[in-house]
Amino acid sequence: MTLVTHNDPLEAQITQWRAWLQRRPAIRAEDVEELEGHLRDQVAALVDAGLAADEAFLVAVKRLGNLDAVSREFAREHSERLWKQLVVSAGADDDARKTTRTETLVVVGLAAAAAMAVKFLELFGYAPIGSGKGLFDSGAPYFPNLSFFVLPFLAGYFAWKRRLNRVACVRLALAFASAALVVNAFPFTPAGHTWTLAALHLPIALWLAVGVAYTGGRWRDGRGRMDFVRFSGELFIYYVLMALGGGVLTAFTVGMFAAIGADAEWFATQWLLPCGAMGAVIVGAWLVEAKQSVIENMAPVLTRVFTPLFAAVLLAFLVTMVWTGSGIDVKREVLIGFDLLLALVLGLLLYAVSARDPHTPPDAFDALQFLLVVSALVVDGVALAAIAGRISEFGFSPNRVAALGENLILLVNLAWSAWLYARFLSGRGPFSALERWQTDYLPVYAIWAGFVVLAFPPLFGYV
Amino acid sequence: MNINKDLVAASAGPLVLAILAEGDSYGYAIIKRVGELSRGRLRWTDGMLYPVLHRLERLGYVEARWATAESGRRRRYYRITKAGQAHLEAQRQQWQVVDSTLRGLWRERTRAPALG
Repeated sequence: MTLVTHNDPLEAQITQWRAWLQRRPAIRAEDVEELEGHLRDQVAALVDAGLAADEAFLVAVKRLGNLDAVSREFAREHSERLWKQLVVSAGADDDARKTTRTETLVVVGLAAAAAMAVKFLELFGYAPIGSGKGLFDSGAPYFPNLSFFVLPFLAGYFAWKRRLNRVACVRLALAFASAALVVNAFPFTPAGHTWTLAALHLPIALWLAVGVAYTGGRWRDGRGRMDFVRFSGELFIYYVLMALGGGVLTAFTVGMFAAIGADAEWFATQWLLPCGAMGAVIVGAWLVEAKQSVIENMAPVLTRVFTPLFAAVLLAFLVTMVWTGSGIDVKREVLIGFDLLLALVLGLLLYAVSARDPHTPPDAFDALQFLLVVSALVVDGVALAAIAGRISEFGFSPNRVAALGENLILLVNLAWSAWLYARFLSGRGPFSALERWQTDYLPVYAIWAGFVVLAFPPLFGYV
Repeated sequence: MNINKDLVAASAGPLVLAILAEGDSYGYAIIKRVGELSRGRLRWTDGMLYPVLHRLERLGYVEARWATAESGRRRRYYRITKAGQAHLEAQRQQWQVVDSTLRGLWRERTRAPALG
């Protein structure tokens, strides 16, 4: 007997019933199919016994029982399903499985390549990374080249995954190659100021190249950029978690071998840590890619927790400063400290923006966010005034100019964000204006970082 | 007859295993078989059978596989395993102890008035 004809009212009812079942987290697609099979068998039997199709459907649904109770039973049997699991494997069909296998191979290959790249310089007679003075040893060019051990592979992963066209691939390769050439051709003073600055700013500048690969040609699109911001935050969190695990692994490696009188420290410091640190970036990126629809994003959650706390600390700081009447004591580290503070507030703002539905009206959290931005601006204004005095007294140095530039860039962003936020809170502007401002501003960081890498060394005489 | 919920829950496992011991089967057919055997007196909420089957699968008493039935639709068939058979045997002995104890008690009670 055939029940299955299209435009059949019974089919429509079953489709509706199936959709209702699919919404329950404890019931998987496979279970839905099994239950649907049962329903259809039951309906067929009842129709054979003389019922009309719609009556048969009602009776069959009734016999299956209250769906809430059934899904509770499923949840009790499969409680693990209520915890969203990150499983890096695609669905049942062969094509998807093949893609997953290929991707796993690509990721493992790229991670291994990144892990080996960090050992590559040893072929030229440099001391292994992690030996002697290690990373910051001016005798071996590890520090300024750190980006090149991992970022090209990361960009390569996304170029492969997003099927980037050949022109874009060549441009990316040229960007990496020319940056590598310039940084290694500059006649730096060993371990000098501009050397350190270039090494610190290069990853920021090249992160833009990774972003271009990540967005797969959608870099001009604000939503693509926002996706890249989300990706960066999640990658950072995954990386920190993997670093914690790596630390435990290292401690056990050294400790266990020490217990039998063997020295494994050279292995841990020269192989495990540097290779792991590079490979983990690729693996982390892969996990973030795999999980984006499965697990809640962590960065916005942390933002929610820390926005009120930072706002409270900043306000308390301002009140104390006014109360005691004491100014900021400008030391060498203060400028950098305030840069970090602004970067952090900006990060809180950025991840709050990234997770917010732009169509909902302002709420208490938005007001709190506004308060945080404004108090950070005031604190920074006070610090900036103190620093300007110091610069006019002692003149320009590469470190001071770099920190000042960053401070101004962040200040401009936060000041305009505060303005846009105020407009949004008072109902005179859309939230999307703030989102657009943030995504439009992203290249500014990379351009400034590139400027510090490329222009500072010649400007300041490679000191 | 309305059978107590706890009793239904306790008997579901052995019943399903015993039916599967007769041969591989699938959800709807198992429910139908229970209805036939109890002459309609033992009625389950159909949906509740599947969590039971999945529990038996997790415990390793049954194995499941998808196969295409004559109707062309995919069905999930269950088969009892060695461990399932052993478990069923243990359950059978336990149920028989309960059953014979209750029978003994109830036989005495029906005999008692005749003696007095």
